[in-house]
Amino acid sequence: MRLSVNGEERNVQSRAADTLLQVLRGQLGLTGSKPGCLNGDCGACTVTVDGIAMKSCLMLAVEAEGRKVTTIEGLRGMPIQQAFMENFAFQCGYCTSGFIMNAHALIASRPGASDEEVEEWLASNICRCTGYREIEAAVKSCLHGGVRSQDD
Amino acid sequence: MMPNDFAYDRPATAAEAVRLFGSFDAKGKSPMYYSGGTEVITFGRLGLVRTGAVIDIKGIPECRALGYVQDDLVLGAGLSLTEVEEANPFPLLSKTSGGVADRTARNKITLGGNVCGRIFYREAVLPFLLADSDVVLAGASGWRRLPIRQVFRGEMQLGQGELLLGFLTSRSYLSLPHVHLKRRQQWKTGYPLVTAAALRKDDRLRVAFSGVCPFPFRSAEMEEALNARGVAPAARIDEAVRRVPALVLNDVEGSAEYRLFVLRNALADIVDAIGGE
Repeated sequence: MRLSVNGEERNVQSRAADTLLQVLRGQLGLTGSKPGCLNGDCGACTVTVDGIAMKSCLMLAVEAEGRKVTTIEGLRGMPIQQAFMENFAFQCGYCTSGFIMNAHALIASRPGASDEEVEEWLASNICRCTGYREIEAAVKSCLHGGVRSQDD
Repeated sequence: MMPNDFAYDRPATAAEAVRLFGSFDAKGKSPMYYSGGTEVITFGRLGLVRTGAVIDIKGIPECRALGYVQDDLVLGAGLSLTEVEEANPFPLLSKTSGGVADRTARNKITLGGNVCGRIFYREAVLPFLLADSDVVLAGASGWRRLPIRQVFRGEMQLGQGELLLGFLTSRSYLSLPHVHLKRRQQWKTGYPLVTAAALRKDDRLRVAFSGVCPFPFRSAEMEEALNARGVAPAARIDEAVRRVPALVLNDVEGSAEYRLFVLRNALADIVDAIGGE
Protein backbone atom coordinates (compact mmCIF):
# COMPACT_ATOMS: atom_id res chain seq x y z
CA MET A 1 0.00 0.00 0.00
CA ARG A 2 1.21 3.55 -0.71
CA LEU A 3 0.35 6.39 1.61
CA SER A 4 1.01 10.10 1.23
CA VAL A 5 2.14 11.24 4.65
CA ASN A 6 3.52 14.68 5.44
CA GLY A 7 4.15 15.32 1.75
CA GLU A 8 6.06 12.09 1.17
CA GLU A 9 4.94 8.95 -0.66
CA ARG A 10 5.57 5.99 1.64
CA ASN A 11 5.28 2.26 0.99
CA VAL A 12 3.85 0.29 3.87
CA GLN A 13 3.08 -3.36 4.51
CA SER A 14 -0.02 -3.73 6.63
CA ARG A 15 -3.14 -5.75 7.13
CA ALA A 16 -6.43 -4.34 5.85
CA ALA A 17 -7.61 -4.41 9.46
CA ASP A 18 -4.79 -2.13 10.68
CA THR A 19 -5.79 1.34 11.68
CA LEU A 20 -4.06 4.42 10.33
CA LEU A 21 -2.74 5.05 13.85
CA GLN A 22 -1.06 1.63 13.97
CA VAL A 23 0.59 2.15 10.59
CA LEU A 24 1.75 5.69 11.34
CA ARG A 25 3.38 4.63 14.57
CA GLY A 26 4.44 1.04 13.89
CA GLN A 27 5.38 1.19 10.21
CA LEU A 28 6.42 4.78 9.65
CA GLY A 29 7.80 5.62 13.08
CA LEU A 30 5.60 8.70 13.37
CA THR A 31 4.93 8.43 17.08
CA GLY A 32 3.60 11.95 17.55
CA SER A 33 0.05 10.64 17.09
CA LYS A 34 -0.72 9.11 20.47
CA PRO A 35 -2.70 5.98 21.28
CA GLY A 36 -5.09 6.91 24.03
CA CYS A 37 -8.51 5.31 24.27
CA LEU A 38 -8.30 3.61 20.84
CA ASN A 39 -12.05 4.09 20.81
CA GLY A 40 -12.53 7.48 19.17
CA ASP A 41 -13.18 9.26 22.44
CA CYS A 42 -10.00 11.06 23.49
CA GLY A 43 -8.64 12.59 20.27
CA ALA A 44 -4.96 12.02 21.18
CA CYS A 45 -4.42 10.31 17.80
CA THR A 46 -5.89 13.13 15.69
CA VAL A 47 -4.29 13.76 12.30
CA THR A 48 -5.61 15.50 9.22
CA VAL A 49 -6.66 13.66 6.07
CA ASP A 50 -7.11 15.97 3.09
CA GLY A 51 -7.21 18.78 5.65
CA ILE A 52 -10.01 17.22 7.69
CA ALA A 53 -9.37 16.31 11.32
CA MET A 54 -9.61 12.55 11.79
CA LYS A 55 -9.07 10.29 14.74
CA SER A 56 -6.54 7.90 13.28
CA CYS A 57 -7.72 5.10 15.58
CA LEU A 58 -11.08 5.26 13.80
CA MET A 59 -9.71 4.95 10.30
CA LEU A 60 -8.24 1.98 8.49
CA ALA A 61 -4.89 2.74 6.90
CA VAL A 62 -6.22 1.40 3.62
CA GLU A 63 -8.90 4.11 3.65
CA ALA A 64 -6.15 6.72 3.50
CA GLU A 65 -4.77 5.51 0.18
CA GLY A 66 -4.90 8.33 -2.36
CA ARG A 67 -5.42 10.96 0.33
CA LYS A 68 -3.01 13.37 1.99
CA VAL A 69 -2.28 12.51 5.60
CA THR A 70 -0.63 15.07 7.87
CA THR A 71 0.62 14.26 11.35
CA ILE A 72 2.09 16.51 14.00
CA GLU A 73 5.53 15.76 12.53
CA GLY A 74 4.37 17.38 9.29
CA LEU A 75 3.45 20.76 10.74
CA ARG A 76 6.95 22.09 11.39
CA GLY A 77 6.58 25.44 13.10
CA MET A 78 2.99 26.41 12.42
CA PRO A 79 1.56 29.35 14.39
CA ILE A 80 -0.61 27.04 16.48
CA GLN A 81 2.48 25.23 17.75
CA GLN A 82 4.06 28.52 18.82
CA ALA A 83 0.75 29.56 20.38
CA PHE A 84 0.67 26.41 22.50
CA MET A 85 4.11 27.25 23.87
CA GLU A 86 3.32 30.91 24.50
CA ASN A 87 0.08 30.04 26.27
CA PHE A 88 1.52 27.13 28.30
CA ALA A 89 -1.21 25.03 26.70
CA PHE A 90 0.12 21.67 27.85
CA GLN A 91 1.03 19.93 31.05
CA CYS A 92 1.92 16.25 30.59
CA GLY A 93 1.75 16.76 26.82
CA TYR A 94 0.13 13.47 25.89
CA CYS A 95 -2.96 15.07 24.37
CA THR A 96 -1.06 17.98 22.80
CA SER A 97 -0.43 16.66 19.31
CA GLY A 98 -4.09 15.69 18.93
CA PHE A 99 -5.28 19.09 20.11
CA ILE A 100 -2.83 20.85 17.80
CA MET A 101 -3.87 18.83 14.75
CA ASN A 102 -7.55 19.47 15.44
CA ALA A 103 -6.89 23.17 16.03
CA HIS A 104 -4.75 23.34 12.89
CA ALA A 105 -7.68 21.98 10.84
CA LEU A 106 -10.02 24.48 12.49
CA ILE A 107 -7.76 27.46 11.84
CA ALA A 108 -7.16 26.43 8.23
CA SER A 109 -10.81 25.85 7.40
CA ARG A 110 -12.46 28.47 9.59
CA PRO A 111 -10.02 31.26 10.34
CA GLY A 112 -12.87 33.39 11.68
CA ALA A 113 -14.39 30.68 13.86
CA SER A 114 -16.79 31.82 16.56
CA ASP A 115 -16.35 30.95 20.23
CA GLU A 116 -19.12 28.38 19.84
CA GLU A 117 -17.34 26.73 16.94
CA VAL A 118 -14.07 26.64 18.88
CA GLU A 119 -15.84 24.97 21.79
CA GLU A 120 -17.57 22.48 19.49
CA TRP A 121 -14.32 21.51 17.76
CA LEU A 122 -12.23 21.28 20.91
CA ALA A 123 -14.85 19.07 22.56
CA SER A 124 -13.46 16.29 20.33
CA ASN A 125 -10.31 16.08 22.46
CA ILE A 126 -9.72 15.30 26.11
CA CYS A 127 -6.95 16.71 28.31
CA ARG A 128 -6.62 14.63 31.47
CA CYS A 129 -4.56 17.43 33.03
CA THR A 130 -7.55 19.72 32.41
CA GLY A 131 -5.54 22.46 30.75
CA TYR A 132 -8.52 23.56 28.72
CA ARG A 133 -8.39 27.28 29.44
CA GLU A 134 -4.83 27.57 28.16
CA ILE A 135 -5.59 25.39 25.12
CA GLU A 136 -8.61 27.52 24.28
CA ALA A 137 -6.52 30.68 24.61
CA ALA A 138 -3.84 29.27 22.33
CA VAL A 139 -6.35 28.36 19.65
CA LYS A 140 -8.19 31.67 19.83
CA SER A 141 -4.91 33.58 19.54
CA CYS A 142 -4.50 32.08 16.05
CA LEU A 143 -7.98 32.96 14.82
CA HIS A 144 -9.22 36.20 13.27
CA GLY A 145 -5.77 36.86 11.83
CA GLY A 146 -4.18 36.40 15.23
CA VAL A 147 -5.49 39.75 16.44
CA ARG A 148 -7.56 38.48 19.36
CA SER A 149 -6.01 38.48 22.77
CA GLN A 150 -6.53 35.86 25.44
CA ASP A 151 -9.06 38.12 27.10
CA ASP A 152 -11.39 38.40 24.09
CA MET B 1 -5.43 -3.80 17.19
CA MET B 2 -8.18 -5.85 15.65
CA PRO B 3 -7.53 -9.51 16.42
CA ASN B 4 -8.48 -10.81 13.00
CA ASP B 5 -7.67 -9.51 9.56
CA PHE B 6 -10.25 -9.14 6.80
CA ALA B 7 -10.44 -8.56 3.08
CA TYR B 8 -11.12 -4.97 2.02
CA ASP B 9 -12.83 -3.95 -1.20
CA ARG B 10 -13.96 -0.58 -2.42
CA PRO B 11 -16.34 -1.15 -5.33
CA ALA B 12 -17.32 1.65 -7.71
CA THR B 13 -20.93 0.57 -8.20
CA ALA B 14 -23.77 -0.66 -6.03
CA ALA B 15 -24.16 -3.73 -8.24
CA GLU B 16 -20.51 -4.65 -7.68
CA ALA B 17 -20.90 -4.13 -3.92
CA VAL B 18 -23.89 -6.45 -3.79
CA ARG B 19 -22.09 -9.02 -5.95
CA LEU B 20 -19.04 -8.89 -3.66
CA PHE B 21 -21.25 -9.32 -0.61
CA GLY B 22 -22.83 -12.42 -2.11
CA SER B 23 -19.46 -13.84 -3.07
CA PHE B 24 -17.92 -13.32 0.37
CA ASP B 25 -21.08 -14.57 2.03
CA ALA B 26 -20.96 -17.79 0.01
CA LYS B 27 -17.41 -18.32 1.26
CA GLY B 28 -18.52 -17.94 4.87
CA LYS B 29 -16.70 -14.62 5.35
CA SER B 30 -19.59 -12.88 7.17
CA PRO B 31 -19.10 -9.72 5.06
CA MET B 32 -20.12 -6.29 6.22
CA TYR B 33 -20.77 -3.10 4.32
CA TYR B 34 -18.38 -0.46 5.57
CA SER B 35 -19.19 3.23 5.50
CA GLY B 36 -17.60 5.36 8.25
CA GLY B 37 -16.51 2.11 9.83
CA THR B 38 -16.30 3.45 13.38
CA GLU B 39 -18.34 0.59 14.83
CA VAL B 40 -16.53 -2.05 12.77
CA ILE B 41 -13.21 -0.76 14.13
CA THR B 42 -14.17 -0.15 17.76
CA PHE B 43 -16.32 -3.26 18.18
CA GLY B 44 -13.85 -5.29 16.14
CA ARG B 45 -11.02 -4.36 18.50
CA LEU B 46 -13.09 -5.66 21.42
CA GLY B 47 -14.07 -8.83 19.59
CA LEU B 48 -17.72 -7.81 19.50
CA VAL B 49 -17.79 -7.73 15.70
CA ARG B 50 -16.02 -10.29 13.59
CA THR B 51 -15.98 -10.15 9.83
CA GLY B 52 -13.83 -11.73 7.14
CA ALA B 53 -14.53 -9.03 4.57
CA VAL B 54 -15.55 -5.39 4.54
CA ILE B 55 -17.00 -3.70 1.48
CA ASP B 56 -16.37 0.04 1.59
CA ILE B 57 -19.33 1.84 0.03
CA LYS B 58 -17.77 5.30 -0.15
CA GLY B 59 -16.64 4.75 -3.75
CA ILE B 60 -20.24 4.28 -4.93
CA PRO B 61 -21.54 7.55 -6.42
CA GLU B 62 -25.11 7.06 -5.15
CA CYS B 63 -23.78 6.68 -1.60
CA ARG B 64 -22.10 10.08 -1.91
CA ALA B 65 -25.11 11.89 -3.41
CA LEU B 66 -26.04 15.28 -2.01
CA GLY B 67 -28.53 17.15 -4.16
CA TYR B 68 -32.03 17.15 -5.54
CA VAL B 69 -33.85 14.86 -7.91
CA GLN B 70 -37.07 16.54 -8.97
CA ASP B 71 -38.76 17.45 -5.72
CA ASP B 72 -36.70 15.27 -3.42
CA LEU B 73 -33.56 15.94 -1.46
CA VAL B 74 -31.20 13.01 -1.99
CA LEU B 75 -28.65 12.20 0.70
CA GLY B 76 -26.26 9.29 0.20
CA ALA B 77 -25.63 6.83 3.00
CA GLY B 78 -21.88 7.42 2.74
CA LEU B 79 -21.98 11.15 3.51
CA SER B 80 -20.30 12.03 6.77
CA LEU B 81 -22.42 13.70 9.39
CA THR B 82 -20.32 16.87 9.13
CA GLU B 83 -20.82 16.96 5.37
CA VAL B 84 -24.57 16.92 5.99
CA GLU B 85 -24.28 19.56 8.70
CA GLU B 86 -22.19 21.90 6.60
CA ALA B 87 -24.32 21.60 3.46
CA ASN B 88 -27.37 22.02 5.72
CA PRO B 89 -30.14 21.20 3.22
CA PHE B 90 -32.38 19.88 6.01
CA PRO B 91 -31.84 21.96 9.16
CA LEU B 92 -33.52 19.49 11.54
CA LEU B 93 -31.23 16.75 10.25
CA SER B 94 -28.19 19.02 10.67
CA LYS B 95 -29.11 19.69 14.28
CA THR B 96 -29.89 16.07 15.08
CA SER B 97 -26.79 14.62 13.46
CA GLY B 98 -24.76 17.47 14.95
CA GLY B 99 -25.57 16.05 18.38
CA VAL B 100 -23.96 12.69 17.62
CA ALA B 101 -20.56 11.97 19.22
CA ASP B 102 -18.11 14.84 18.70
CA ARG B 103 -17.06 16.99 15.76
CA THR B 104 -14.01 14.96 14.72
CA ALA B 105 -15.86 11.67 15.08
CA ARG B 106 -18.62 13.09 12.89
CA ASN B 107 -16.04 13.65 10.18
CA LYS B 108 -15.93 9.85 9.97
CA ILE B 109 -19.38 8.67 11.06
CA THR B 110 -21.75 8.53 8.11
CA LEU B 111 -25.47 8.96 7.74
CA GLY B 112 -26.00 5.35 6.70
CA GLY B 113 -23.64 4.03 9.33
CA ASN B 114 -25.44 5.88 12.09
CA VAL B 115 -28.89 4.75 10.96
CA CYS B 116 -27.77 1.14 10.46
CA GLY B 117 -25.48 1.06 13.50
CA ARG B 118 -25.47 -1.40 16.35
CA ILE B 119 -25.30 1.37 18.94
CA PHE B 120 -28.98 1.77 19.42
CA TYR B 121 -29.36 5.54 19.57
CA ARG B 122 -29.25 5.92 15.74
CA GLU B 123 -30.28 9.55 16.16
CA ALA B 124 -29.88 10.54 12.50
CA VAL B 125 -32.95 8.50 11.65
CA LEU B 126 -35.32 10.74 13.62
CA PRO B 127 -35.73 13.54 11.02
CA PHE B 128 -36.27 10.98 8.27
CA LEU B 129 -39.03 9.30 10.29
CA LEU B 130 -40.69 12.67 10.85
CA ALA B 131 -40.42 13.72 7.21
CA ASP B 132 -41.87 10.48 5.79
CA SER B 133 -38.64 10.02 3.86
CA ASP B 134 -37.94 7.11 1.56
CA VAL B 135 -34.86 4.93 1.46
CA VAL B 136 -33.25 3.39 -1.60
CA LEU B 137 -31.92 -0.12 -1.16
CA ALA B 138 -29.79 -2.15 -3.53
CA GLY B 139 -30.00 -5.93 -3.52
CA ALA B 140 -29.34 -8.92 -5.71
CA SER B 141 -32.62 -8.38 -7.56
CA GLY B 142 -32.10 -4.66 -8.14
CA TRP B 143 -33.00 -1.44 -6.40
CA ARG B 144 -36.12 -0.63 -4.47
CA ARG B 145 -37.48 2.58 -2.99
CA LEU B 146 -39.48 2.20 0.21
CA PRO B 147 -40.90 4.47 2.91
CA ILE B 148 -38.45 4.54 5.79
CA ARG B 149 -41.24 3.79 8.27
CA GLN B 150 -41.73 0.49 6.48
CA VAL B 151 -38.04 -0.42 6.65
CA PHE B 152 -37.00 1.06 9.99
CA ARG B 153 -38.69 -0.57 12.94
CA GLY B 154 -36.34 0.21 15.77
CA GLU B 155 -33.54 -0.79 13.46
CA MET B 156 -33.17 -1.16 9.70
CA GLN B 157 -34.83 -4.32 8.41
CA LEU B 158 -32.54 -5.10 5.50
CA GLY B 159 -32.46 -8.31 3.53
CA GLN B 160 -29.28 -10.40 3.49
CA GLY B 161 -26.73 -8.52 1.40
CA GLU B 162 -29.01 -5.55 0.90
CA LEU B 163 -27.26 -2.18 0.83
CA LEU B 164 -28.70 1.16 1.97
CA LEU B 165 -27.80 3.65 -0.76
CA GLY B 166 -29.45 6.76 0.62
CA PHE B 167 -32.48 8.78 1.68
CA LEU B 168 -35.01 10.82 -0.29
CA THR B 169 -36.97 13.56 1.42
CA SER B 170 -39.60 15.79 -0.13
CA ARG B 171 -38.63 19.46 -0.27
CA SER B 172 -41.93 20.28 1.43
CA TYR B 173 -40.54 18.97 4.74
CA LEU B 174 -37.13 20.56 4.74
CA SER B 175 -37.97 23.97 6.15
CA LEU B 176 -40.90 23.22 8.42
CA PRO B 177 -40.89 24.56 11.99
CA HIS B 178 -38.88 22.13 14.06
CA VAL B 179 -37.20 21.46 17.39
CA HIS B 180 -34.23 19.30 18.29
CA LEU B 181 -33.42 18.64 21.93
CA LYS B 182 -30.68 16.47 23.33
CA ARG B 183 -30.63 16.06 27.09
CA ARG B 184 -27.60 14.36 28.59
CA GLN B 185 -26.77 13.40 32.13
CA GLN B 186 -23.79 15.74 31.96
CA TRP B 187 -21.35 17.42 29.55
CA LYS B 188 -22.02 18.44 26.00
CA THR B 189 -20.73 15.30 24.34
CA GLY B 190 -22.03 11.81 24.93
CA TYR B 191 -25.03 9.59 24.80
CA PRO B 192 -28.45 11.07 25.53
CA LEU B 193 -30.95 10.57 28.27
CA VAL B 194 -33.46 11.79 25.74
CA THR B 195 -33.04 13.03 22.20
CA ALA B 196 -36.22 14.47 20.74
CA ALA B 197 -36.89 15.74 17.25
CA ALA B 198 -40.15 17.43 16.34
CA LEU B 199 -41.73 18.89 13.22
CA ARG B 200 -44.90 20.88 12.80
CA LYS B 201 -46.73 19.79 9.64
CA ASP B 202 -50.29 20.74 8.66
CA ASP B 203 -50.86 22.19 12.11
CA ARG B 204 -49.93 18.94 13.82
CA LEU B 205 -46.89 18.02 15.85
CA ARG B 206 -44.78 15.05 14.84
CA VAL B 207 -42.31 13.74 17.40
CA ALA B 208 -39.60 11.08 17.40
CA PHE B 209 -37.23 10.01 20.13
CA SER B 210 -33.95 8.29 20.83
CA GLY B 211 -32.61 7.33 24.23
CA VAL B 212 -36.04 6.77 25.77
CA CYS B 213 -36.35 3.11 24.80
CA PRO B 214 -33.61 0.80 23.50
CA PHE B 215 -34.45 1.87 19.95
CA PRO B 216 -35.42 5.14 18.22
CA PHE B 217 -39.07 5.55 17.40
CA ARG B 218 -41.83 7.78 16.13
CA SER B 219 -45.12 6.99 17.81
CA ALA B 220 -48.50 7.69 16.20
CA GLU B 221 -50.15 7.12 19.60
CA MET B 222 -47.98 9.74 21.30
CA GLU B 223 -48.61 12.19 18.46
CA GLU B 224 -52.36 11.61 18.73
CA ALA B 225 -52.22 12.50 22.41
CA LEU B 226 -50.06 15.56 21.83
CA ASN B 227 -52.38 16.88 19.12
CA ALA B 228 -55.66 16.30 21.00
CA ARG B 229 -57.84 19.35 20.47
CA GLY B 230 -59.42 21.01 23.45
CA VAL B 231 -57.15 19.36 25.99
CA ALA B 232 -54.78 21.39 28.16
CA PRO B 233 -51.09 21.07 27.16
CA ALA B 234 -50.06 19.49 30.49
CA ALA B 235 -52.73 16.81 30.17
CA ARG B 236 -51.74 16.11 26.56
CA ILE B 237 -48.11 15.69 27.59
CA ASP B 238 -49.09 13.38 30.48
CA GLU B 239 -51.08 11.24 28.09
CA ALA B 240 -48.25 11.18 25.52
CA VAL B 241 -45.80 10.03 28.19
CA ARG B 242 -48.22 7.25 29.19
CA ARG B 243 -48.13 6.09 25.56
CA VAL B 244 -44.37 5.53 25.30
CA PRO B 245 -44.38 2.36 23.18
CA ALA B 246 -41.98 0.13 25.13
CA LEU B 247 -40.11 -0.24 28.41
CA VAL B 248 -38.13 2.88 29.23
CA LEU B 249 -34.35 2.51 29.46
CA ASN B 250 -32.99 2.13 32.95
CA ASP B 251 -29.20 2.23 32.78
CA VAL B 252 -26.05 4.06 33.79
CA GLU B 253 -27.12 7.15 31.85
CA GLY B 254 -30.27 7.48 33.95
CA SER B 255 -33.08 5.61 35.62
CA ALA B 256 -36.36 5.00 33.83
CA GLU B 257 -38.10 7.34 36.24
CA TYR B 258 -35.61 10.12 35.57
CA ARG B 259 -35.81 9.58 31.82
CA LEU B 260 -39.58 10.00 31.95
CA PHE B 261 -39.11 13.20 33.93
CA VAL B 262 -36.70 14.46 31.24
CA LEU B 263 -39.05 13.31 28.47
CA ARG B 264 -41.95 15.19 30.04
CA ASN B 265 -39.90 18.39 30.17
CA ALA B 266 -38.69 17.88 26.61
CA LEU B 267 -42.28 17.55 25.40
CA ALA B 268 -43.22 20.70 27.28
CA ASP B 269 -40.40 22.57 25.55
CA ILE B 270 -41.51 21.23 22.16
CA VAL B 271 -45.13 22.22 22.70
CA ASP B 272 -43.99 25.61 23.91
CA ALA B 273 -41.76 26.16 20.87
CA ILE B 274 -43.84 24.87 17.98
CA GLY B 275 -47.08 23.61 19.49
CA GLY B 276 -48.99 26.57 18.17
CA GLU B 277 -50.64 27.36 21.48
